[in-house]
Amino acid sequence: MSIALQGGDAAERERVETPFQRFVSEFAESRLAMLGLIVFSIIAVVAILAPFIAPQNPYDLAVLDIMDGRLEPGSVSGDGATTFWLGTDDQGRDMLSGIMYGLRISLTVGAGSALLACIFGASLGLLAAYVGGRTDSAIMRVVDLQLSFPAILVALMILAFLGKSVMNVVIAIVVVEWAYYARTVRGTALVERRREYIEAAQCLALPTRRILFRHLLPNCLPPLIVIGTMQVARAIALEATLSFLGLGVPITEPSLGLLIANGYEYMLSGKYWISFYPGIALLITIVSINLVGDHLRDVLNPRLKK
Amino acid sequence: MSVYLLRRLIQAVGVVFAMSIIVFIGVFAIGDPVEILISPDADQIERERAVRALGLDLPLWQQYLVFLGKALQGDLGNSFVFNEPALQIILQRMPATLELAIAATFGAILIGLPLGLYAGLKPNSAGSKVIMAGSILGFSLPTFWVGLMLIMVFAVQLGWLPSTGRGETVEILGTRWSFLTMDGLSHLLMPALNLALFKISLVIRLTRAGVRETMLMDYVKFARAKGLSPFRVTFVHVFKNILIPVVTVTGLEFGSTIAFSVVTESIFAWPGMGKLIIDSINVLDRPIIVAYLMIIVLMFITINLIVDLTYSFLDPRVRLEGK
Repeated sequence: MSIALQGGDAAERERVETPFQRFVSEFAESRLAMLGLIVFSIIAVVAILAPFIAPQNPYDLAVLDIMDGRLEPGSVSGDGATTFWLGTDDQGRDMLSGIMYGLRISLTVGAGSALLACIFGASLGLLAAYVGGRTDSAIMRVVDLQLSFPAILVALMILAFLGKSVMNVVIAIVVVEWAYYARTVRGTALVERRREYIEAAQCLALPTRRILFRHLLPNCLPPLIVIGTMQVARAIALEATLSFLGLGVPITEPSLGLLIANGYEYMLSGKYWISFYPGIALLITIVSINLVGDHLRDVLNPRLKK
Repeated sequence: MSVYLLRRLIQAVGVVFAMSIIVFIGVFAIGDPVEILISPDADQIERERAVRALGLDLPLWQQYLVFLGKALQGDLGNSFVFNEPALQIILQRMPATLELAIAATFGAILIGLPLGLYAGLKPNSAGSKVIMAGSILGFSLPTFWVGLMLIMVFAVQLGWLPSTGRGETVEILGTRWSFLTMDGLSHLLMPALNLALFKISLVIRLTRAGVRETMLMDYVKFARAKGLSPFRVTFVHVFKNILIPVVTVTGLEFGSTIAFSVVTESIFAWPGMGKLIIDSINVLDRPIIVAYLMIIVLMFITINLIVDLTYSFLDPRVRLEGK
């Protein structure tokens, strides 16, 4: 009997999937999510390689010719050297290049601040769940207070206090988003900390830090990944909104939001492309991330497991 | 019940105090208050006199008490730009914002409910799929970009609607309202739709989920078995029951509608408090910023309190849990 089982095991072992492989194959089941992932990968690659593949460096003033200002999409520059596939802005800047460079800033600020918020929020959430008692209620009281105010208001408050700069936009997004991570991680960690492996780790008298980050955290990862994906999209949208309102990144490093704001005044005279195309780029980025996140939620949710 | 009410009130007052400390520290302690509160044209002697007059030589906790005492009397300082009491300026702009937010909330219910109802009753039809896909877009589209596109299509390309401003207003009870004139209505339409977009998606999703859940209930099955017309089952038996969560959530969302009107007002040059706060942040008109933040915090806490109390009234479990 036991021999037969072992034999079966050996045969099984060759075909057995690691959890990661199962996750990948389950994720690939949704075509829409795969499309989102592919589109987002392309956007990320374009953003990273922007200095090498963009038709011009939009911030090199020597390249810009004010005579090329506000040209329609598909126009050719005055010296006949470049074609502006998506038109130019008021400075004669190629919009396609502007968008590529803008994506760099939007993605860096968005992903960077979402990551910072994740580190900060997840640590506090873990701590709240593991220590419990007063620490827990103090942290969760702050989380509740924070979540009862809308993101844009909290961000405005912080920028009103600290002034306008890229760093302060990052701080604002971190302050807005950490509470979501903290609440999610606390919820999962509260369940996990009653499991035997945590008890075992405690019996081995491992340091608290080690139990928190090596034992508890890895088991709280699935919901964290889902929240993280969605929050990156939210961070990008929030940064774009703040920049559009003139409270975000400075004019020397225009993100997509600022590009859209720049085109606003020209749109009323029918020159739509200065605002329109950066907006489309922003839209595709956010939607592709959301498609991935939406499907991740289904794949990583144990309640929906077959 | 009265114990619960009292406790919630004390909590709310506590939150207002906490927020007043945060705003005080943020505006008066992080920045240089001398630079913030005294005109940059003032010379050295004027400066010192102003520092003493404003009490900036006192320790921080005393300054806070002075700030709090004045705030309780409704004095939040004078605006640098308008040279009028900050609170008064904010309150003057408030009706415009409220008008926009109320229009957006009603719009969200008027558009979202029928669409959600349809999507819930016929979940597999092509129309429902379009509605649900549209609601996902409504969640992920950045509000400001949608606003720009609305202007581009309806104001610039088609020329149907005015792009910015509030239009003709009528004065009632001492404040000016746009929605009573045709011109004002046409100005209100696009900003309200823009602000409502997120909420339309929310109402669609809530209604659809509610309808699908309620349709499986025994009393609905019974009503249908009795031979009632589908119309009566839908609108009397199902509709009434899904209305409660939808109305609650829309009410809860009212505060964030006011906060998000910052974006919509900036795009459509709607002269409400949202546009005022952005302008004030840009020119560092701190008294206005303080007044705006305190008012909106107060508003939020009031809305949350009302919702909590309504819930405890509707659902006895909530108030029993507290005991």
